[in-house]
Amino acid sequence: MIQVEQLSKYYGARAAIRNLSFRIDSGEVVGFLGLNGAGKTTTLRILGCVLLPTSGTVCLDGQDLLTAPRQLRARIGFLPETPPLYEDMGVGEYLAFVAGLRGVEPGRIRARVGETEERTGLGALDDERISTLSHGYRQRVGVAQALVHGPEVLLLDEPANGLDPVQNVEMRALIRSLRGDHTVLVSSHILPEIAQTCDRLLVVRDGELVAQGSEAELEERLGVGTGVELEISGPVEAVAAAVRAVPGVRAVSVQPTPAGRAVLRVEAPDALRPALARAALGAGAQLFRLDVSADRLESLFLKLAGRGAVG
Amino acid sequence: MSPVLLIARRELRGYLRTMTGWIIATSVLLIDGLLFNAFALEGARRSTEVLTRFFYFASGPTMVAAIFLAMRLLAEERQLGTLALLYASPVRDRDIVLGKFLGALAFLSGLTLATVYMPLLILVHGHIAVGHLLAGYLGLLLLGAASLGLGTLGSSLARTQIIAVILGAALLVSLLLAWLLASATEPPFSALLVTWVALFATTRVLEARRWR
Repeated sequence: MIQVEQLSKYYGARAAIRNLSFRIDSGEVVGFLGLNGAGKTTTLRILGCVLLPTSGTVCLDGQDLLTAPRQLRARIGFLPETPPLYEDMGVGEYLAFVAGLRGVEPGRIRARVGETEERTGLGALDDERISTLSHGYRQRVGVAQALVHGPEVLLLDEPANGLDPVQNVEMRALIRSLRGDHTVLVSSHILPEIAQTCDRLLVVRDGELVAQGSEAELEERLGVGTGVELEISGPVEAVAAAVRAVPGVRAVSVQPTPAGRAVLRVEAPDALRPALARAALGAGAQLFRLDVSADRLESLFLKLAGRGAVG
Repeated sequence: MSPVLLIARRELRGYLRTMTGWIIATSVLLIDGLLFNAFALEGARRSTEVLTRFFYFASGPTMVAAIFLAMRLLAEERQLGTLALLYASPVRDRDIVLGKFLGALAFLSGLTLATVYMPLLILVHGHIAVGHLLAGYLGLLLLGAASLGLGTLGSSLARTQIIAVILGAALLVSLLLAWLLASATEPPFSALLVTWVALFATTRVLEARRWR
């Protein structure tokens, strides 16, 4: 659906992005991962038709961005890093204005605005002035303006930026709910945030694409040590021994927690999680949490996006 | 509704909803009234002279108001990040410029026409033709449109609204000086030409910004 070929953007002599090439298929939710300054925003601004590239092509179903920019803009919804909001307008009024600008027929605008407000959780705020909204709701209005004309492609630049943990979870749920109806490219510099939301990751470093694939594929390709954490209470030593006995487990370390429980750090592939849970429960443990190790995601992120790291 | 009218309507509502629009309107009407009282009505004069002096003194506040109204048109959009919304929409750059210009012109026109009670006083108490009145207001609106065009260009070049005012004022003063020097210039046509050139240049500036 989206085909990017040899895309470069220079600001004077400095390259913001260099020879980026990738493809995103229809209906995919793809994460665009990189540190600050890696070139994510520049790439999204080019795909959103806000910025022109120095060289390279961007095609949407074969239509070139440079030759048919207006037709493409009608098919794309773009949320920039700072949501483009008019503070003096009401939420519904603003969305109706955006829908009109993006070519929604006048008779359909009210219905589209209503549907979008429902989908983004803004239904009760139709008359609310944007200047009175909290940061989280402003982000939602930002997503709503990108959605209101029913675009095929959604480009979201750091949509969870500055959100509190609850708002973060809600934003992830919202993005996940878009799967299937839209092709989504969402940028972030926080791997756990987009790893839970996206089918596939594109990783940029210093303006170049350094890796792409699912989280599991990237872990395998980069040889990142796999790890699973279990938070338990009960006979810790017996549980650790039972877990250690599961075929495929390489090592187990035990760390007590202040709450009187223990965290078992298990070096084992993801696929063993059900077997690990069965072993722990079988040994008499009460299982409070079973998760991918946070260290593991961090290690993967540093390998992928960190400066001077392995490409 | 066409994108031009949508943008113009949003812009006009923006002036009506924020303090900036009302502060500019109040200041202009106050200054116009004071100038009318202090200078246009001063001494015993013929009605046509009073009318001429009214339009002469009203032209200054109109030009200044146009520059201040234009400062927010594009500089504020860039400051707030809302220019990306317009750039990402299927709208031509010239439609963005025209819509914003027309919104500001509608507000400026309303503000200018709110001074009509002063010439009406002359009409009631003296002898002037309605044609003179209409021609005077047409001239004032053309002058306002030209100043607004220059202000819009300044706003497209500047990063902040203050710089936009300074740039717009500098362009306007340069052209006023050139007009004073070139006494042969025909005002109505030069006002339209200045408006067109300024808006054309603004569109080119917006297009160029897509590269940066």
